[in-house]
Amino acid sequence: MTWFISQANAQEPAIVPAEGGHAPTEATGATVAHEGGGHGGTFPPFDPSTFPSQLFWLALVFIALYVLMAKKVIPQIGGILEMRAAKIAGDLVEAEKAKAETDAAIVSYEAALAAARNKANAIAHDTRSKVAHEIDGRRHAAEAQLTAKLADTEKHIADVKNMALDHVSAIATETTEAVVEALIGRVGRDEAAAAVAAVSAGKH
Amino acid sequence: MADVRTDPIHQFGIQKLVDINIDGYDVSFTNSSLFMVLTLAAIALVLLWGSSSRAVVPGRAQAVAELSYEFVANTLRNAAGEAGMRFMPLVFSLFMFVLMANIFGMVPYFFTVTSHIVVTAALALLVIFTVTIYGFYKNGTHFLKLFVPSDVPAPIVPLVTLIEIISFLSRPLSLAVRLFANMLAGHITLKVFAGFVVTLTSLGAFGFLGALLPLIMVVALTALEFLVAFLQAYVFTILTCMYLNDALHPGH
Repeated sequence: MTWFISQANAQEPAIVPAEGGHAPTEATGATVAHEGGGHGGTFPPFDPSTFPSQLFWLALVFIALYVLMAKKVIPQIGGILEMRAAKIAGDLVEAEKAKAETDAAIVSYEAALAAARNKANAIAHDTRSKVAHEIDGRRHAAEAQLTAKLADTEKHIADVKNMALDHVSAIATETTEAVVEALIGRVGRDEAAAAVAAVSAGKH
Repeated sequence: MADVRTDPIHQFGIQKLVDINIDGYDVSFTNSSLFMVLTLAAIALVLLWGSSSRAVVPGRAQAVAELSYEFVANTLRNAAGEAGMRFMPLVFSLFMFVLMANIFGMVPYFFTVTSHIVVTAALALLVIFTVTIYGFYKNGTHFLKLFVPSDVPAPIVPLVTLIEIISFLSRPLSLAVRLFANMLAGHITLKVFAGFVVTLTSLGAFGFLGALLPLIMVVALTALEFLVAFLQAYVFTILTCMYLNDALHPGH
């Protein structure tokens, strides 16, 4: 315990007379020894007379510190950290929930969009086929009408033609009758008609 | 020549402030006691007042309190596992007390509580007694397995056991002396170099020039001592955690 001081004391006589206390290192060395002597020759950390007081107050202070830590500080700071961890975990769960909701919304939106697109396609298809059907029907009707009109007209033309042809043979008979009468006197109508028929048959 | 300004030992002197005598023991309130109480007050201020707002997003003071807590909690958890967390009050008290006392010691004219071996020895013995008593309480005689490592060849078991026992017994010694010696040596070195500055400047113009070197040294050493102040508190804490781990899990 006293080695430090005795060493300093041992050095002192060698240093002080030689350098006269001018060099700083030696001066410091000398003061160590002197001050050490002022403390009753004991280096303060190794002075047992101060031990009871230091131990007593250390015990008091450290017990107080321990109680303070155990009862106040650690619950308080631990509580803050726990509260923060719980809040972060809660927020994460909430964010996860919100994300799931968003995903579900996106899925249902896409389904609705697909359904709407299908429906629109169906409507367009229906309309197109309906319109095509109607057009077809109208065209058919118009064609039938036109065909009927054409048939009527053709029949009318045929009638007119037949009538005209009928008239032609009557006119020819009359003309023949008149010509023959003028040339040879009276001729029976039937004869004239037969002759006309014979001629027209021969022409054909 | 007994100049207080250059005497590196004077700073460790203990002065009585209030004389107290209990049952023949001198338990006077000294400058050492004063700084122990101030250390306690500073810890309470930093940790309790700092975290009193209990904010989710911490302010500066709360961040310091939380960082200290989490630093010690992580150190303890890594060294001794989740079971070690029951010693959190002890380990946190030790860390904050040693750290705050060391940092206080860096303030000029302040007394360094941890520069007295009786204080560091008391703290070291507290740790070792806690480890030993809890070790036997928790594990019974199984705690003695600490001294007989498993999977060691039978012929060298006695030797290993002897080494383990010596190692265990030297723990409080190394714990106490490491902290004490670091603080003592650091403060003596600082004071010696500062003393050079004072002595040299009293020698005139050349002295002023010569004083520059020790002045630079003092500045550099002050930074180093702040590092040492924190580092020694950390070393004391992590060794405590490792010893507590032995008490919790003695089977290596």
